[in-house]
Amino acid sequence: MTGSLAGVRWGDTLARVVVILLLAFAIFGPLANLVLWAFAERWYFPHKLPQEFGLTFWARVFAPRGSALASLWTSVGIACLTVLSTLAVAVPAGYALARLRLPARTLILLVFLLPQAVPNLPVYVNIARVFYEIRLNGTITGVVLVHAAHGLVLAVWIASAAFASVDASLEEAARNMGASAWRCWTTVTLPLALPGLIASAIFVFLESLDEFTGTYFVGVPDVTTLPLLMFNASMGGNYQIASITAILLLLPSIAFMLAVERFLKADVLAMIGR
Amino acid sequence: MSPPSQATGSPYLHADAVSVSYGATRVLDRVSLTVARGELVALLGSSGCGKTTLLRAIAGFVTPTEGRIVVDGRDITRLPPEARGTAMMFQSYALWPHMNVAANIGYGLRMRGRPRDEIAKRVGEMLRLLQLDGYGERSIAALSGGQKQRVALGRALAVDPSVLLLDEPMSNLDYRVRLELRHELRALQQRVGITAVYVTHDREEALTLADRIAVIDAGRIAQLGTPDEVFHRPVSPFVAGFMGADNAIDVVHAGDGWSWPAGGAGTRARAHFRADRARLAPPGTDAGRGTLAIDGAVVQRVYLGTQYRYRVHAGADDFWVDDPERRDEGAAVRVLVPPDALLVFPAAA
Repeated sequence: MTGSLAGVRWGDTLARVVVILLLAFAIFGPLANLVLWAFAERWYFPHKLPQEFGLTFWARVFAPRGSALASLWTSVGIACLTVLSTLAVAVPAGYALARLRLPARTLILLVFLLPQAVPNLPVYVNIARVFYEIRLNGTITGVVLVHAAHGLVLAVWIASAAFASVDASLEEAARNMGASAWRCWTTVTLPLALPGLIASAIFVFLESLDEFTGTYFVGVPDVTTLPLLMFNASMGGNYQIASITAILLLLPSIAFMLAVERFLKADVLAMIGR
Repeated sequence: MSPPSQATGSPYLHADAVSVSYGATRVLDRVSLTVARGELVALLGSSGCGKTTLLRAIAGFVTPTEGRIVVDGRDITRLPPEARGTAMMFQSYALWPHMNVAANIGYGLRMRGRPRDEIAKRVGEMLRLLQLDGYGERSIAALSGGQKQRVALGRALAVDPSVLLLDEPMSNLDYRVRLELRHELRALQQRVGITAVYVTHDREEALTLADRIAVIDAGRIAQLGTPDEVFHRPVSPFVAGFMGADNAIDVVHAGDGWSWPAGGAGTRARAHFRADRARLAPPGTDAGRGTLAIDGAVVQRVYLGTQYRYRVHAGADDFWVDDPERRDEGAAVRVLVPPDALLVFPAAA
């Protein structure tokens, strides 16, 4: 190998390293700040780093009667209920959209997309007003409904893609081999679509866990989820509590994203929106 | 209709004037077909002719708009697929990727509520029959095309179906694997003694496999007969062409045989013949009694291996003739077609 060629290679590698480092800083810089704040006991203005590290605030967050743990369980409970109610609609709807020759298929998929296209705030303000009249404001049910409406788009789209990726001849073969429509569905269709359905459940769960605006309008003050707690903490200048809650919110997201990557296969992704 | 070659009684499967329409399109037009017990009938036709639709109507995936389908005296026209007792082998094999080989083969018996040990025994029998011993625990993704085909066949045979329906089962296989499996399939079908309907677009496959062939054209049966009948005595120009006699020329009956060109007095007709039943001779060669002589020129030469195939231009027609001797393009030739190689149909009005 000649010297000049090696030089070009080195320059090339160096450029790549610099770009990757910049990218990493853009992504992980704010996160590093978050982690610093989570373990900072004292951190005043002119100092670049906290003067004192410790776990006092963690102890406070995880105190048996601390509000953080309570709202964590509220968040998880709401997310689970949201997943259940969303799947109850998304599974049959997704299957129908994937299999039946509905004339307005694309239109139906677009209608499910509509709540995402409209600005969130006016929608939630109106929902809050309606919910207030029918006494759903400040209830878990109300918050679950708002989260489900939000998660339905994603769930229906992914579920319909998951079912569409199950070849119809596989179902025909089951019927042909003596399976009733229901047994065919439970022994062939559902197991084959399951990875996609799990992925959609995970997305809905994460969406619900992170959701802020709708919960703010419908849930406050009776229902306090983790994002609301984080909001209150950072508005009150309590960056430690806010950072710790943020990390709590981050962990399930990262874990589930890794799982989703396994469940959402290319053949399912290729069918999304078809 | 000719009697089935393996007639062992009254028709076992009877499609009676079956029509199928998709919207305004009529895919099958009053098709009638009988299959005797233990017989293999091939439905032969080009894509879109309706052969697969007929198969799917027998399986229960499409509902006939008119007509009846009867199996062993039982009218199954309106029954759902799972209540018919037919077994279909799909073109794509349609094996379930989330089950292993044994679970695929045993599925039909499981749906029929058979006990576990009986299912395991039957699956074992099928694996042995199809030379798949030791493959029971394999996943479907780990199988070759030929093995998948065997598993699909095993799954269909495991339930001891009333009728075995095969939808182009060989079309996804390599040519050599196909040849091998074709003979295996035929031997197996005769050994098990199963009644089968076999959809294919490959005439060689139909000729080697079937007891009888139904040539299907535009939603109707153009001819139904033994391979020999369909090959040597096609009833229409379409069947003749489809069975490989695709050279067509206008002829006239004068004196003691058919002659070309079709000028002068006599009965006019259109004659079909196969490329390998004609031969080439130098211009002016004496044709002999009854032999059709056509004078033309070679316009194209294709090497076939054992011989050449020539495209000969004569009058307004082009046709293909096989000949072992090498000739140049442009050479004047006389095409000789012996009388028993001519398939003559009335001239189009």
